[in-house]
Amino acid sequence: MVSAAEPSIGLRFENVDKRYGAVYALRNLTLAIAPGECVALAGRNGSGKTTLLRIAACLMRPTRGTLSFSGVAENQNPRAGFVAHASMVYGELTAKENLLFFAKLLGVANRQQRVDNLLREVGLGERKDSLVRTFSRGMRQRVAIARALLADPSLLLFDEPATGLDSEATMWLTGHLAKLRDSGCTILLSLHGESEIARLATRAVRLDTGSAVADTRSGATFQSVFSMAGG
Amino acid sequence: MGLLSNTAALLGKEVRTEFRSRELLSTTMVFVLIVVVLFSFTFDPTTNESHRFGPGLLWLAFLFAASLMLQPCFLREQVNDTLSALRLAVSDPFAIFLAKLGANTLFLLMTEVLMLPVFAAFFNVSFRGQLPGILLTFFLGSLGISVAGTALAAISAQARMRELLLPLLLLPLLAPILVASTEVTVSLMAPEPFMQWKGIGFLTVFDVVFLTALWLFGEYLLEE
Repeated sequence: MVSAAEPSIGLRFENVDKRYGAVYALRNLTLAIAPGECVALAGRNGSGKTTLLRIAACLMRPTRGTLSFSGVAENQNPRAGFVAHASMVYGELTAKENLLFFAKLLGVANRQQRVDNLLREVGLGERKDSLVRTFSRGMRQRVAIARALLADPSLLLFDEPATGLDSEATMWLTGHLAKLRDSGCTILLSLHGESEIARLATRAVRLDTGSAVADTRSGATFQSVFSMAGG
Repeated sequence: MGLLSNTAALLGKEVRTEFRSRELLSTTMVFVLIVVVLFSFTFDPTTNESHRFGPGLLWLAFLFAASLMLQPCFLREQVNDTLSALRLAVSDPFAIFLAKLGANTLFLLMTEVLMLPVFAAFFNVSFRGQLPGILLTFFLGSLGISVAGTALAAISAQARMRELLLPLLLLPLLAPILVASTEVTVSLMAPEPFMQWKGIGFLTVFDVVFLTALWLFGEYLLEE
């Protein structure tokens, strides 16, 4: 179920540094992402992909530089759909309780129906009343993806979303993200290596030690961006 | 979704997860029970001395029990990075604090109310006729402990040596609450009981000041 996205959101990182102590996770990064773009972020472990996504989600502030949004009311953060390394759901609640809880916080209309539909789509319809702590890694990832999609956000930030997913779930996710991309949703995906999901991207950016070292909109050169040493 | 509806949803989640696991309530109740029983052997419960020392012991037990309860309130949100999910979902981050301190106050009050008859039995004291005053003191004291404790729990959860940091910061900060609550409880347990309104006023001011500070600066405590 893909709803028409709200006005698309654009992002602009300008001279952004993010430092953890003496270590730079991002260094003087300038990157503009147009509304409706689907950007695949590639790079080695520690290249700054996760930090970039967490800053984009407004979960952390840059040490230096600015991040600005277009398509968002002034002084407001975009309510991004965010999938991180951790599942970001409660083990002591069932899959359905988790989604109903977050749907309530997000003010989702027709919560019961929306949650039931999403759980069925991610393949958890049969296990919706099981506690999340009894789920496998892949099942938790499915709940995490369903949580991120709850409010039909116009900005999706997915950090290695296919981690733990089987081929069937990966295919569903790829198809769903394709529909969201086509409806104008802005998508940032952090990926390791060229995968099925990477083919959705309309642009590929490679990070290395916190800086953008390659940036292409040409599908023909995507492979080179992903295949640089380290994936 | 406004602040209050966000808070209600978050508080409902806190209560549901706690009643499902019963981690905090069972820990704090067992702790207070052990303290009350052990100290009842130290003092002769028939003397007036126990009436003087009893409330202090009771509040010390509540304070240490609260530090056990407050420690995991933000640490549990870090296990699956659910704090990030909450920050992305709520319209006002203060709702996260309101729900946490509401849940902490509720669980602490439940512990206190359930342990009060045990304390009365072991220390041979009667609160008959003073129950409204006792409950008011418990509420204001617990709220003060929860407001300051929830803020410090949020700070310490992101720090190194987090298990040591919370008690180190919490106990000195809550000393005024401990003193005021104890004095009010002593006056309510006196042979001729009376309500010490000065203490109640102090507890109220403490709660309001810390709640206001949390409202103003709470958002920064949640940032990574």
